[in-house]
Amino acid sequence: MLAWIIFAPLIGALINGLVFASGFWKKVLHGDEHSEKRIVSVVGCGVILISAAISSIMFLKLRALDPAERQIIQELFVWIPSGEFQVSYGFLFDSLSCVMALVVTWVSFLIHIYSIGYMHEDHSYSRYFTYLNIFVFFMLILVLGNSFPLMFVGWEGVGLASYLLIGFWYDDPEKAYAGRKAFIVNRIGDFGFILGIFLIFFVFGSASYGEVFKKALDPGFMSNIPGAVITVIALLLFVGAVGKSAQFPLYVWLPDAMAGPTPVSALIHAATMVTAGVYMVARCNIFYSVSPTAQMIVVGIAAFTAFLAATIALTQNDIKKVLAYSTVSQLGYMFMGVGCGAYIAGMFHLVTHAFFKALLFLGSGSVIHALGGEQDIRKMGGLRKFLPVTSLTFLVGTLAISGIPLLSGFFSKDEILGSLYERGFIIAWIAGLITAVLTAFYMMRLYLLTFEGEARASGEVKQLIHESPSSMTLPLIILAVLSVIGGYMGVPEFMGKVVGIHDSNIFEKFLAASILVEEIKHLEHHALGHWTLVVFSIIAAFLGIGLAFYTYIIKPSIPESVAKNPGISSLYQGSYGKWFVDEIYNVLFVRTFVRLANIAALFDMKIIDGAVNGIAKVIGEAAAILRNAQTGILRFYAALMAIGATAILIYIVLSVK
Amino acid sequence: MESLLNGNLTIITFFPLIGILLIVVLSLLYRDSEEPMKIGALVVSILEFIISVPLYTNFLLGFAGMQFEVRAPWIESLGVSYHLGVDGISLFLVLLTTFIMPITILSAWNAIHRGMREFLALILLLETALIGTFLALDMILFFIFWEAVLIPMYFLIGIWGTDRRIYAAVKFFIYTAFGSALMLVAIFYLYFVHLDQFGTASMDILDFYKLNIPYFGILSPQGLLFLGFFLAFAIKVPMFPFHTWLPDAHVEAPTAGSVILAGILLKMGTYGFLRFLLPLFPNATLDLLPVLSVIAIIGIIYGAMVAFAQHDLKKLVAYSSVSHLGLVMLGIFVLNIQGIQGGIYQMLNHGLSTGALFLIVGMIYERRHTKLIAEFGGISKVMPIFAAFFLLSTLSSIGLPLLNGFVGEFLILLGVFKWNYIYSALGATGMILGAVYMLWAYQRVMFGPLDKPENKVLIDLNLREIMVLLPIAIMFFVMGIYPKPFLSRMEPTVKELLKTKFEERIAVTEIKQPRIVTDEHE
Repeated sequence: MLAWIIFAPLIGALINGLVFASGFWKKVLHGDEHSEKRIVSVVGCGVILISAAISSIMFLKLRALDPAERQIIQELFVWIPSGEFQVSYGFLFDSLSCVMALVVTWVSFLIHIYSIGYMHEDHSYSRYFTYLNIFVFFMLILVLGNSFPLMFVGWEGVGLASYLLIGFWYDDPEKAYAGRKAFIVNRIGDFGFILGIFLIFFVFGSASYGEVFKKALDPGFMSNIPGAVITVIALLLFVGAVGKSAQFPLYVWLPDAMAGPTPVSALIHAATMVTAGVYMVARCNIFYSVSPTAQMIVVGIAAFTAFLAATIALTQNDIKKVLAYSTVSQLGYMFMGVGCGAYIAGMFHLVTHAFFKALLFLGSGSVIHALGGEQDIRKMGGLRKFLPVTSLTFLVGTLAISGIPLLSGFFSKDEILGSLYERGFIIAWIAGLITAVLTAFYMMRLYLLTFEGEARASGEVKQLIHESPSSMTLPLIILAVLSVIGGYMGVPEFMGKVVGIHDSNIFEKFLAASILVEEIKHLEHHALGHWTLVVFSIIAAFLGIGLAFYTYIIKPSIPESVAKNPGISSLYQGSYGKWFVDEIYNVLFVRTFVRLANIAALFDMKIIDGAVNGIAKVIGEAAAILRNAQTGILRFYAALMAIGATAILIYIVLSVK
Repeated sequence: MESLLNGNLTIITFFPLIGILLIVVLSLLYRDSEEPMKIGALVVSILEFIISVPLYTNFLLGFAGMQFEVRAPWIESLGVSYHLGVDGISLFLVLLTTFIMPITILSAWNAIHRGMREFLALILLLETALIGTFLALDMILFFIFWEAVLIPMYFLIGIWGTDRRIYAAVKFFIYTAFGSALMLVAIFYLYFVHLDQFGTASMDILDFYKLNIPYFGILSPQGLLFLGFFLAFAIKVPMFPFHTWLPDAHVEAPTAGSVILAGILLKMGTYGFLRFLLPLFPNATLDLLPVLSVIAIIGIIYGAMVAFAQHDLKKLVAYSSVSHLGLVMLGIFVLNIQGIQGGIYQMLNHGLSTGALFLIVGMIYERRHTKLIAEFGGISKVMPIFAAFFLLSTLSSIGLPLLNGFVGEFLILLGVFKWNYIYSALGATGMILGAVYMLWAYQRVMFGPLDKPENKVLIDLNLREIMVLLPIAIMFFVMGIYPKPFLSRMEPTVKELLKTKFEERIAVTEIKQPRIVTDEHE
């Protein structure tokens, strides 16, 4: 049954792809477009619902098992057998992959439904749903595969889906470019990942989780292996995660990926695919837990990324770009969590983020849809009265991501920050707190500029503004509800006690079985208690929101004066220009590569091929000279023969001596 | 009939020649129509594929040696015999040949405007020569087939090529013939070594495997023999820096010629390494490995860089071959099971994916009469089916998992990693670079605005063209999803080769893994 979670979307993709996107329906069966769209929607959404339903049933099955034996494994058949290297199509359903599968299938389902409304006018409707199903198929392989090579299959597969969907409207060269950029930057990450797989196989003699982690837990086996090797494994895998999950220095593809249709941004580039790296680190918790160096590097990169992306999000004017940088930043939080050893906290934030970020993206999609494609928040404002459902749900998402108490983002973000402090990553904790202020600020700014204040849209556009159809608003409402209540599965014990919840933090208890090493908590040694840390988080959230209110509602003249203030304007320009990272990469890598390639091509033509033709020419000319020897004069030949014979004779005489 | 269905190597080798007779007869019967002989050639090539399938189905699993052997005395005084056989190394190269040939004939349906009869005859002659090359187990027989390949290919390029076809054909001929001349000398040297060591005259490859050729450096007999063979194969592969005949030949050749050239002909070189260089000259191979593997890595990176800089789509694909075959060679040179199996697998992958890419370039060339990338743009809009096949071939070429290319790349790099992780990392850059140049080319041709009037009127693939690409596309998936039937047939032969010739080296790689790690980090 497990495998059907994966196969259902594949079947959907095959039907929609081969029958509809191929043109077979229209050209051969002479079907009409209206019924095409209907069937495609039913198939496309239906298969995801099947996946989601099976995942849920499997979840119940899993919970019925004894906590110590909570895993369901299904092996299909051998994939690559070569000598001692053997890898099969095998799937693992444990609490970790269960959580991922549930999030992926249900969020996908909502976004598929949303897409029916959002993509309704598009002529490549069936192609869109085909790609979307392909994405879910590969994402589920990534999550449910029971070996590193299978994870890699999913990993590259979602990259392909991402490439196809970012460049979905490929006649715009910029969009096609964005898709290609995403694929290539991801390949750079995959380069590290695949070397990591090789090293794992080299060290453990296997590439499947079961055997590798069993050996990694065996002290006898591990005593033979230098710690540095495990650090290298952890870091190579992390290179893959940095690519896929858009961390510094490989995050540059994600903001450009917003070129894709907005539901795609919500699904792939916010809720699911980009969190694959977090899942990977959580899956490989053993490697990271035994390597403080790797932990330090992961947390360091994550904290830097979270902060950097947040500073960029402050000044962007494209509604999707703000959300994109916000995603990069939030992924940084998740990596801070899993990096410092708080795997469950990181996973928890992954789940809540999937809710509220999908919500925010879909909400932005609803706005863009209503404004006929407008994405610039300077041309929005005052949309609350036109789009009541969208604006309310967007506000919920904004408050949730900002970490306002009792909403989902509060619990998960606070747990990560608390863990960082408890585990002694004080600098990262401070960076996290500052980033929390920035997050609350830019999100509130986004909300206020979009939905509050005066309407800045042009007259014609205003005429057209309408709330989205129910296929779009319903997912918004469901996700908003989840963004509110999603945090209650992870209420920490010390909070639970206060309100008298008996069985708090069910999320942690459920997931604990998949975390193979004990999470270390040593709060006693630190000055600040649980509640003090919580207060810090709350202050950060309210500070950010308050600042945004002050800046954009109470004193709207501030932004302009800040931008013009000579002291701050360079900072403003830096943030607005995204710290010019793309430009720097362009000069350092892209142009250098192009130049080198051109030199190589010239070298090939002039030097290497030149040498070949040169030799041919020399031989040709030598032949022309030798041709003179063939004079046709008999006496000349006789003379040559005599000279030759004499020479041989002399040689023999000399060599005999 | 019985022998037809059980895989008779003689019939498989020479059956295409019957097709030539058939074509001649048909051309005489139907003087004003090409259709009958085209269909005749196609049917013959399909039948040829069908009679070659038993080699796969009746292939003994778990058996390392030669199967389906055919042997008859020929020139007894010199020990020359007619000896054919197939093992895990040659099996799939034969099948690749019989699989690709009908596809090339079908692809040329409307592309050849003059001399259709001669064209078809040459293609079938080429098929016999290619199959013979992969099956021959006698040195002289092998050499005859090896050289026989040159002639039809020379004419295919020289007669049906584009503007600079004569230059390209002559360059191809002389360059590769030059390589084989030295090989012939080396073959005779081997004959005398055998005469010396065993006292009998033989030209049998399996007899030569038993030779113990003295080796003490590159100027020793084994070293010189190695070089003699090496040049022939390295030019054919082609390995950097002997590759420049390839882009010229490809750019000028007609589509069918390019497909056969890239799909099958180049494999003669890589096959030669496995059949001759490694087993005959193991000491020289081991000694020269450090140099050879570095050359292979240069080929991977250099080929990719030069491919990126091309303006001509066909030339780009041609240079991608240099890069891909560098990877194949690297896999062969690491002398472990994954490396060599991956190498053989990648030969097949390259045959399919590059073959498909050349077919695709040919299809667009037939429509637009140009191969310059800048002339295209936005083609996806008007040719969606073409776009899908092109994308699939591109993905296969850049090694996307669940398509064939990944299995080969993965195994090769895994094998290399076991030997030298830096080389593996360098080889893996090919994975990134491949995506860089292929997707860049794909974008410029298929995406972007459809702004050129000539491109707006392009017509999507017709049924014949779909039938040309579909079998290859199916194989992309089959070989990517379920490689076991292929790998399991290669494995015994590859293991045997490693065990008998490179035992010490295997011992090194099979030492308990962790210790090696410790060693390397000390």
